[in-house]
Amino acid sequence: MNENQVMLITGTRKGIGKFLAHFYASKGFYVIGCSRSSVDYKISNYCHFCLDVCDEKKVKQMFSKIRKTAGRLDILINNAGIASMNHVLLTPVKTVKNILNTNILGTFLFCREAAKIMQIHKFGRIVNFSTVATPLKLEGEAIYAASKAAILSLTEILSKELANLGITVNSVGPTPVQTDLIRSVPKEKIDRLLAMQAISRFGTFDDIANVIDFFIKKESDFVTGQNIYLGGV
Amino acid sequence: MHEKILKLIIAQVEELNEQLDFKVPVELEADAPLFGGDKGILNSISLVTLIVAIEQSIEDEFETSLVLADEKAMSQKNSPFLTIGSLADYIVLLLNEEDVNE
Repeated sequence: MNENQVMLITGTRKGIGKFLAHFYASKGFYVIGCSRSSVDYKISNYCHFCLDVCDEKKVKQMFSKIRKTAGRLDILINNAGIASMNHVLLTPVKTVKNILNTNILGTFLFCREAAKIMQIHKFGRIVNFSTVATPLKLEGEAIYAASKAAILSLTEILSKELANLGITVNSVGPTPVQTDLIRSVPKEKIDRLLAMQAISRFGTFDDIANVIDFFIKKESDFVTGQNIYLGGV
Repeated sequence: MHEKILKLIIAQVEELNEQLDFKVPVELEADAPLFGGDKGILNSISLVTLIVAIEQSIEDEFETSLVLADEKAMSQKNSPFLTIGSLADYIVLLLNEEDVNE
């Protein structure tokens, strides 16, 4: 069933996005990826766009190319995201704007443009990224957690607005995974965080792919507006 | 240009009509009611479908990307989505603005 499915994944240069691009391309999906700079890998079934996810003009141009070349878009994985660990009193407005732009505006923009193509075939699966930092109310992550709280609302409301178009919208909330995003977080802080999970270990890329697999299944057409946190948070 | 846009909209409305129980009377051309007002035919989902189809058609014809449902459209007292004619006027306005900005 995957052979003709077209999947767009944001933030595929490294980390979870890079893994997902390889994972789904190897499963037979035609994967389109994007990131601000080019990727250091070459895989079949994969095509890359260099853009900033909150650059409306560039994003619209990319979707226009997808529509004209692939003619369809079945799945969108809104993985691109940035975090910044800072006490609120030490958080510059520029950092806040960057986080909100990439995490909220970028996700919104991709959902909007993807849905325009998905509605042509009355089928679509959108998976957004939330985080356990929101329910765990992690100190030092006020803006990151708030931006991802917005993703939960966005996911819930878009699921209603897009249901009639055959599009489901769900989100997955990973625990810390060993990627660049948490590179600067002190070890004791990470250990404390892992202890707050029901299952106290780092998440893996496979854990995330497993939830995405469920959301994008053809049979999951009755599952929308939902968020799944990993690790029992 | 206006005539071309009008034809483009009519073509998209005709395509949409195939899915509708209550069809937009395209034979009225510019006067054919679309959304809102007393005579509006489309519900919000059909309007969304039409807007997206027209945006894509403009993209193909004019190699330019427009977002039709922007704040300006939503805040206009006389909605551009009332009739095929008002929508054509609005699109021509946006395309002209696009030319000026480039």
